[in-house]
Amino acid sequence: MSEFMSILIQGGLIIDPSQDYCQEGDLLIEEGKILALDRPGQIPCTRASQVIQAQGKWVVPGLIDAHVHLREPGLEYKETIATGTRAARAGGFTSVACMANTQPVNDNAYVTAFIREKAKATASCRVFPVGAVTKGLKGEELAEIGGMIEAGAQAISDDGMPVMNSYLMRKAMDYAKAFGVAVISHAEDANLVGQGVMNESALSNELGLRGNPAAAEEILVAREIALCRLTGARVHLAHISSKVALEHIVRAKEAGLPVTAEASPHHLILTEETLRSFQTNFKMAPPLRTEEDVEALQKAVSEKWIDLIATDHAPHGITEKAVEFDQAAFGIIGLQTAVPLTLKLVEQGILSPLRWVECLSMNPARLLNLPYGTLQKGREADITLIHPEWEWKFTADQILSKSQNTPFLDWNLKGAAIATLVGGKLLDHSPPPRRNHSELLRGFYSVETSKR
Amino acid sequence: MDQAHPKNQKNLISSQDMSATDIKRLFQIARIFSPEVKQGKTLPLLRGKTLVNLFFESSTRTRTSFELAIRKLEGSALNFVSIGSSLQKGETLIDTAKNLEAMGPHGLIVRHSSAGSPLILANSLKIPIINAGDGFHEHPTQGLLDAYTIQEKLGTLEKKRIVILGDIAHSRVARSNIHILKKLGASIAVCGPPSLLPPHPEALGVDFSFRPESLMPDADVVIALRVQLERQNRMQIPSLSEYSRFWGLSRERARLLKKEALLLHPGPVNRGIEIDSEVMEDPRSVILDQVFNGIVIRMAVLAELCNPFELAQWLEKRGQNV
Repeated sequence: MSEFMSILIQGGLIIDPSQDYCQEGDLLIEEGKILALDRPGQIPCTRASQVIQAQGKWVVPGLIDAHVHLREPGLEYKETIATGTRAARAGGFTSVACMANTQPVNDNAYVTAFIREKAKATASCRVFPVGAVTKGLKGEELAEIGGMIEAGAQAISDDGMPVMNSYLMRKAMDYAKAFGVAVISHAEDANLVGQGVMNESALSNELGLRGNPAAAEEILVAREIALCRLTGARVHLAHISSKVALEHIVRAKEAGLPVTAEASPHHLILTEETLRSFQTNFKMAPPLRTEEDVEALQKAVSEKWIDLIATDHAPHGITEKAVEFDQAAFGIIGLQTAVPLTLKLVEQGILSPLRWVECLSMNPARLLNLPYGTLQKGREADITLIHPEWEWKFTADQILSKSQNTPFLDWNLKGAAIATLVGGKLLDHSPPPRRNHSELLRGFYSVETSKR
Repeated sequence: MDQAHPKNQKNLISSQDMSATDIKRLFQIARIFSPEVKQGKTLPLLRGKTLVNLFFESSTRTRTSFELAIRKLEGSALNFVSIGSSLQKGETLIDTAKNLEAMGPHGLIVRHSSAGSPLILANSLKIPIINAGDGFHEHPTQGLLDAYTIQEKLGTLEKKRIVILGDIAHSRVARSNIHILKKLGASIAVCGPPSLLPPHPEALGVDFSFRPESLMPDADVVIALRVQLERQNRMQIPSLSEYSRFWGLSRERARLLKKEALLLHPGPVNRGIEIDSEVMEDPRSVILDQVFNGIVIRMAVLAELCNPFELAQWLEKRGQNV
């Protein structure tokens, strides 16, 4: 027997945009790789040591989150690589890309290598570091980008600390071309954001909270596009939140520039109206905006102006959130809720299942130059099984992240990732997700899986 | 985080939560209290009760006014002043408040530089919370006392034209004034340098102008706001003298007003900046009436929120039907 079992996933709806495939079928995995993809019943069971019955489920290339904060090294009280990837795995992700704002900052090959090593030892899914653009995220001088990429970084970004010096950003884009990586920009003009804590609007005025105008995002998006035109570098615009910024992205893409863009699940479904509660779990950067922005974002994802969906999973401790609104940290955790929240868009007919997989797997893989995000023969068997109809309630005891800063607590959700395979291994969720999730898994293993 | 408590008491967090009826009732109660207080009497409506002035932002005037209101209702006032954010102290806002609640007071009067803090506290504490000013959000008792003062002098607020002059964007007083005065039937215009007006003034349901002159002749009331020196961002106006020249309530501008118009200011006044010294002494100025009314309005609020049954009995005994 080989080290890996051969697994046959039978009868699921196989959705793989890389092959424009969206129909029922069987998938055979051997030695951790995809061996065959065929119509139902075409692959004999005898070829597999384990059969997974996947009728009514979606079989998709493993989901990839191109934008998470794992907080290790240095901020382990918020999250570790072990806990963050456990949450990722439970949420259906087989790969995540972690941002550089750790302590120390991931601005050199040593920190990049540390993250890779720590991930190898403790992670539940694949982890790809994103290196800093500038040393210490200070926006003053370039970080050792080449060294980080050699050590395993798959993109560069000063996420959270926009590079305000346009000359420096231009040089970063120029430099990144030598290594073929994308420069990911958190596009907000920091001076115009000022001390803003929510979208600037009639509502911010009513609530007496300092506003952060959409123009702050628009300005930096326009600048990144101008620099992209100037340098020809690959530029990725993280967590776009406003309609005005989208208009610039549309024009850049129509002009054929190598610009890609991302939206987060919360910006796709929540509006600034939630801020009336003054609950700090609705505080994020960029801020939640208006109904009009949400509709424009949804439309842009469906029309491919937005390329991918990423959670911006940003764990924070209770002492950073259970405080005054002005003082509270920006950001929320998102790995375990991304699937059901974005499946809403599929249910509403805004995204097709193929487009959904493109946004959560194929396109993030392309952004990060990863050989995943596909079910093509011969590729690593990174696979997520989705139960699109599963109804469950997201409760505090299910949270696998070290932090609990989510506005979706106690929400009734529909759709869940029910199993993830990384390199052909059906990894245990350790500890396994409880409640509905574990009941589902139990059923999944005992009833529908048969070992041969 | 805490589960929300089932609440059976009332708070005063935002003036938007009050109906015109609520506001008028408070005015009636204040009007009953007023002569008693003027005669130096105290009323036993908070006897045996302790209220905490929980001030996270410096304030002398509002805190003193609340403290006097509590004493005139025979309650005891405890001042807990803690400048700075909870973050700097390593304790969360909710922890601080829960510690105080555990000491058994009957209400918290909260002033905080961060908008929303009184609501955050109200959501996790059981005792009544009274907002004494939160960030740029609201200062409901100031809004009440201003409206009460105007009504006292003009008899009604129906159809009265009220001009609020100054730094509207960063003023909690302006927000509370607007909500309350509108509910009572007044029409409002705001005026100030565009860099100190909120981004969408029309959404407040008010008229606005960048220059005061055109608003003066029709005004029944002018409320001049304090230029917030302590919060003043240098990038918002070129200088105080320029502010004073174009937006200050100068003698010349006061001359454009009706003879019976009222001049209000929430205090403390920067003499010579938002109001000329001479205009302060103008017989139309009711700034000191505001100070006295602040006490009786706060008495009405505290009695109503912290001891409603006692208040109802007391009113009934006096044959007052409120």
